[in-house]
Amino acid sequence: MVATLKNYRQRDTEMAANTENTAEKRRKAAVPDYHEQEIELGRETVGHVRCEEPFMVAENVNVHYGDNHAIRDVTLEIGKKEVVALIGPSGCGKSTFLRCLNRMNDSIESARVTGSITLDGADIYSKEQDPVALRARVGMVFQKPNPFPKSIYDNVAYGPRIHGLASDRAELDTIVHSSLERAGLLKEVKDRLDEPGTSLSGGQQQRLCIARTIAVNPEVILMDEPCSALDPIATARIEDLMDELCEDYAIVIVTHSMQQAARVSRRVAYFHLGYLVEVDDTDKVFTNPQHKLTEDYITGRIG
Amino acid sequence: MTEKVTTLQKVEAGLARRHRKELIFKTTGMIATGIGVLFLAVFFYTLLIKGSSAFQQSYLLLDIEFSADVIAPGGQLDLEYADYDGIVRAALRKELPEVTDRSERRQLYRLVSVGAAYQVQDAIAAQPELLGETRAIWVPASANVDMLVKGNIDAAIDEELRTLSDQQIGWIERLDEAGRLDLKFNAALFSHGDSREPELAGIKGAMMGSFFMLIVTIALSFPIGVAAAIYLEEFAPRNRWSDLVEVNINNLAAVPSIVFGLLGLAVFINWMGLPRSAPLVGGLVLTLLTLPVIIIASRASIKAVPPSIREAALGLGASRMQVVFHHVLPLAMPGMLTGAIIGMSRALGESAPLLMIGMIAFIVDVPGSFADPSTALPVQIYLWADSPERAFAERTSAAIIVLLAFLLLMNLTAVIIRRRMERKW
Ligand SMILES: Nc1ncnc2c1ncn2[C@@H]1O[C@H](COP(=O)(O)OP(=O)(O)OP(=O)(O)O)[C@@H](O)[C@H]1O
Ligand SMILES: [Mg+2]
Repeated sequence: MVATLKNYRQRDTEMAANTENTAEKRRKAAVPDYHEQEIELGRETVGHVRCEEPFMVAENVNVHYGDNHAIRDVTLEIGKKEVVALIGPSGCGKSTFLRCLNRMNDSIESARVTGSITLDGADIYSKEQDPVALRARVGMVFQKPNPFPKSIYDNVAYGPRIHGLASDRAELDTIVHSSLERAGLLKEVKDRLDEPGTSLSGGQQQRLCIARTIAVNPEVILMDEPCSALDPIATARIEDLMDELCEDYAIVIVTHSMQQAARVSRRVAYFHLGYLVEVDDTDKVFTNPQHKLTEDYITGRIG
Repeated sequence: MTEKVTTLQKVEAGLARRHRKELIFKTTGMIATGIGVLFLAVFFYTLLIKGSSAFQQSYLLLDIEFSADVIAPGGQLDLEYADYDGIVRAALRKELPEVTDRSERRQLYRLVSVGAAYQVQDAIAAQPELLGETRAIWVPASANVDMLVKGNIDAAIDEELRTLSDQQIGWIERLDEAGRLDLKFNAALFSHGDSREPELAGIKGAMMGSFFMLIVTIALSFPIGVAAAIYLEEFAPRNRWSDLVEVNINNLAAVPSIVFGLLGLAVFINWMGLPRSAPLVGGLVLTLLTLPVIIIASRASIKAVPPSIREAALGLGASRMQVVFHHVLPLAMPGMLTGAIIGMSRALGESAPLLMIGMIAFIVDVPGSFADPSTALPVQIYLWADSPERAFAERTSAAIIVLLAFLLLMNLTAVIIRRRMERKW
């Protein structure tokens, strides 16, 4: 695992250099019209949508926002203790798909989700499934850090409190401390737990949000571009954190950084205009993409 | 390169015009603000000039003899029906012994307020041991004396044209020289209900009426308004019905207040049989009036809570109720309270709907409960402004000052609450 990661990191630098070189060329080449291609390219996902130990399974998922068909017939399995990265150009439906996995789309009135998504074999869209219980099992970290305007302590303690995870104050303290510790934030904030969470820096806020999510001890963590507002140091911290977390949790991460996808994920899913174009092991997708669209995207010709 | 220069030149060419426009706009704004401030200053100045004298009142110092013959004929204390007027008159005669003629004496008695007799009665009721003693007591002078003292009656004009005769003015001057006449703080203004005699008229009845009404209004309109706002913002589906409700609420806020009075008359008094002129009914009517204001303000402050906070809570597995009560409501509360206080100050200043439900009656007693007949401050102002007596004019202004003071206090509270509770996110 460590070895492969190192490989990816090495390749990152190469890729970055590559991008520089091709930048000129790309500018001159006419941008292909992918809306046209959409029709001719087959809609079968290439690669392997299945995995060995599936934990969350999405089958033929379609999402409509009113008349806008945002997700088209997506089938994807997410394994236990696996990091899956969702990549693709802006507006292709990554966030939409991610939000389906913990039913955050329920609160969008125009959104309509069809198909089936199961968590550990149970349909999460069935009538018996309470979205509250589901979200306790499938946590979410948002693109923009969004701590509550409460103290750092209360931010982390909120989830355990509403779910009744701690029987007394001491137990709650333990949960808060260990969550902050695992999010790599404890050292920085342990003397100022009473200060408002909004007084932290952006990167610290994002780690606070991660601490808040893992305090509930979910089984799956969804992350929607968690590092988009962060500097490289904070990003590296959060990536290290993901490496750690994936020993216990399944993680689905949306990212616009191919380097990040390469560094943290085991499998990569490439979305395009609502279609899931290609899914495969990370190194395979980045070294030998099967689909032309995927290749164009990772070589920087789309996006 | 050349292009850059031309851009700069173009910008510079237009700069002078832009600055001129800015200057014109700024001056116009300053003039507009100045006019507004000027009007406000004139308004407050005249109000204070006219009204401030009402906070003082002329009193006469009389040696009251609590004569046992009058108060306790036959050894039996007769608090209820004793001739207190007689006691006051006797004291007045003692002050000016040379007045012996019957009709002159009648003129003399006019110098003292009928309230003096009540004061004597109250004194003996509070301290029965005064029986048989003589005490110097400050009793209210009549409104005419008061007006003369305050310079509202001109002694120089023809005797026929003023309410005091030359003789009466002479007596008043003599009393004044003897140190028997003085201006003192007008406690009656704050401790009495309404009265036909200006010197005895006070705003306590109206203030209590307004107070009871506001209690009813805030107790009903705040919880109902906030609950409605929460439901409409957070739970109600967006469809034609909720649009209809929204449009209607916004319309209600613009309905003339007298219409709410008519509604209150028809529903609360005629149909539900609630008592006429009662603060309870007034409060209900004002609730109808302030409800739309509170709903609109509350919805605006709920809308202002960033959606990311809601998503964060939902993402952690909070139910919609928990999202609302743990996160949205605390953040929206300052705005809601501000809206409520602004609604309340509007309710406090409202008079038209109260006329419809009979709160304009002449009521002397200070109301002690929600069902007692009473008036309200703005209605009292209306009543006094309508009175012909000169002395009611200054009381009208004084009542307006008191009302404005309350409004100022409430709006200040709103500002303080907003400052205190405002949180950044
Ligand atoms: N709340 C919404 N209401 C209506 N349409 C929406 C909503 N959210 C997203 N969409 C539409 O769904 C499509 C997919 O959006 P989505 O946010 O999933 O894209 P994305 O892949 O996350 O893009 P980005 O990388 O820019 O975040 C877009 O066409 C967008 O316009
Ligand atoms: Mg997105």
